[in-house]
Amino acid sequence: MHFAFTDQQLEFRDAVRQVLAKECTTDAVRAAYDAPAARTPRWDTLAELGVCGLTVPEARGGFGLGLVDLVPLVEEAGRVALPEPLGTTTGIAAPLLVDLVAAGADDRIDDRTGAWLAGVAAGEVTAAVADPERPAAPVAGADGADLLLLVADGPDGRVLHGLDRAVLEGGAGVTPVSSLDPTRRLGTPEWQPTPDTLLLAGPGLDAVLTRTSDRAAVVTGAELLGLADAMVTLTAEYAKDRQQFGKPIGSFQAVKHLLAGAQVLLEFARPVVYGAAWALDEASPDASRAASVAKAYAADAALEAARVSLQVHGAIGYTWECDLHLFLKRTWALAEAWGSAGDHRARLLGLLLAGR
Amino acid sequence: MDLHYTDAQEAFREDARAWLADHAPAPRSLPSLDTAEGFEAHRAWEAEMAADRWSVVSWPEEYGGRGVGILEWLVFEEEYWRAQAPLRVSQNGVFLLAPTMFEFGTDEQKSRFLPPMASATEIWCQGWSEPDAGSDLAGIRSRARRSDTEGGWVLSGQKTWASRGAFAEWCFGLFRTDPDAERHRGLTYFLIDMATPGVTVRPIPQIDGETGFAELFFEDVFVPDDLVLGDVGKGWNVAMATAGSERGLSLRSPARYSRAADRLVDLYARTHDEDPVRAARSADSVAQAWMDAEAYRLNTLWTATRVLDGGSVGPEASANKIHWSETDLAIHRAALDLLGPAAEFHGDGVDAPWLDGYLFALAGPIYAGTNEIQRNVVAERMLGLPRG
Repeated sequence: MHFAFTDQQLEFRDAVRQVLAKECTTDAVRAAYDAPAARTPRWDTLAELGVCGLTVPEARGGFGLGLVDLVPLVEEAGRVALPEPLGTTTGIAAPLLVDLVAAGADDRIDDRTGAWLAGVAAGEVTAAVADPERPAAPVAGADGADLLLLVADGPDGRVLHGLDRAVLEGGAGVTPVSSLDPTRRLGTPEWQPTPDTLLLAGPGLDAVLTRTSDRAAVVTGAELLGLADAMVTLTAEYAKDRQQFGKPIGSFQAVKHLLAGAQVLLEFARPVVYGAAWALDEASPDASRAASVAKAYAADAALEAARVSLQVHGAIGYTWECDLHLFLKRTWALAEAWGSAGDHRARLLGLLLAGR
Repeated sequence: MDLHYTDAQEAFREDARAWLADHAPAPRSLPSLDTAEGFEAHRAWEAEMAADRWSVVSWPEEYGGRGVGILEWLVFEEEYWRAQAPLRVSQNGVFLLAPTMFEFGTDEQKSRFLPPMASATEIWCQGWSEPDAGSDLAGIRSRARRSDTEGGWVLSGQKTWASRGAFAEWCFGLFRTDPDAERHRGLTYFLIDMATPGVTVRPIPQIDGETGFAELFFEDVFVPDDLVLGDVGKGWNVAMATAGSERGLSLRSPARYSRAADRLVDLYARTHDEDPVRAARSADSVAQAWMDAEAYRLNTLWTATRVLDGGSVGPEASANKIHWSETDLAIHRAALDLLGPAAEFHGDGVDAPWLDGYLFALAGPIYAGTNEIQRNVVAERMLGLPRG
């Protein structure tokens, strides 16, 4: 039992934090609102650092590491509201492609996914992944992605397809869906499944998709931790600075207790997310349970941080000028992505009852 | 990162489980520890644990423990609650005073007090709150007057809400030794024999009708110098160490909540069989309560690892106290909602512990420093907000 990150993991996190503090200011996030793009010079920097390829096998140019290694970095992405799809590409899509090889898809799978994985590590491929539990929903990041991983219904159950640049430029399209946070780049894919796009069908797929949903829950939870921390920190600074009745508003208990409540939720959400990342890396039988607790806890912590932050900022927090809304919008979007807190509580209870 | 216990820790678990299977009283078989009869029955149980060195596993062997670490203690607690063994009547001593005594006590004090604490021969209560000093603990007025001729201190004043105070043999109390000093200074931490002339105990029936705590009156109670814990005038610092144990890792092990949360899921399943519509209305709060217990378990392992790596528990103890007290309430509130009309029944059936547990949980946000005070601590010391 040693429930902590290694020094190396923490040093890498700190290095990424430094880079993002410089390269992903709130001005940069605002610029992405005006001109959303999946790949940017900032993404190239992350690829050079090895962040994009963290979960890509070494043979494909990555580090071959797991979610425990990735989660602190995704947390940093949340802290700065990074517009690029690090969680989806490196946390969800790349491990899914690795799983396909292990799940015994056809002989060609290694070559096809290998090229995509190498592209992810090189920073040349960003991916979007459909939520298999919510197949009708628009796909985050689909608008502009280099690789779409989509689930279709086949005669014998669900089928996983992969649409790369060639397919996307050859007729398949994505209809953009306007949304609250334009950096999410939601889109509805318009496409026809073909034998060329098929990646995996049959009995092995359900387990792969369950792992994908679990990973997505944990990775999204990690991003929400970073967002919650950013909002609580930003708001605490504001409460120290803003004066009313001749004192900083942070000296009033009514304000203190709002922020303290959010801070307590965040403190407890962190080990929940980290423990779930470990459970997934270990392929623990409790991994799905842990993943649902992680998403539900992180989403509720971030939603409370968002609520409190807006309230403590008051009217200035309700303006476009104040940076707070950049974090609020990402939080509200991610809280619902890959299952809301309520969805995951329902899933958890089902798993608990089945496990009795 | 590794959340597996080691083989040695799992072997320790097996030993604990086997011993508890042979020795633990049947669940709910002892009378309440807040009655005279129950107090003695719980004392006898803890003496039985102590005889085989299971009462204070993490203490050094010379004081009655097994010298194991905090993780082994957590494993032991998991087994203790799995066995549905009784609440610890010695908890104020073993979980609160003992860690403070290890940090501040003299060798003589440790040798004198820890072994009888481990065996429950001497049970401790806490003399901190006063009628006019609760959340504002530094406002206490009870005095200790210096007596150089006798070589000690003469205590006078009134303490209240002393859990276990009605029956305890010893009290650890905070008294003002220097009325002229700034209010956080000038306090001293005393170890007081409740049989000393001048101590009067008035039991206070609690919300459940039992005498869980007491008012303590001190009229010229003599306490010799060797029963001062820590330095004279430094009682606030010593008391904050005790409060850290009370709010942090020591008092409430996660196993207690994990076990209750699992029982809650069982209750949900049973209710669902009988009345699926009513059960469904509680589904969300049952899942939330289970998650709260699981988050507490993980946070404890996270914190324990930090401590083992040389870190410390600071204001996080206040966040911890808010979380465990609210988790206890959430678990029991959800259970009462599932029980519906049966929630208010007294009795000795399988569901009776839910009502008792709810009444117990209601005290959680109040004792060990109210949750409002803890929120102030979190805001000021974790977020750096200015004092009001």
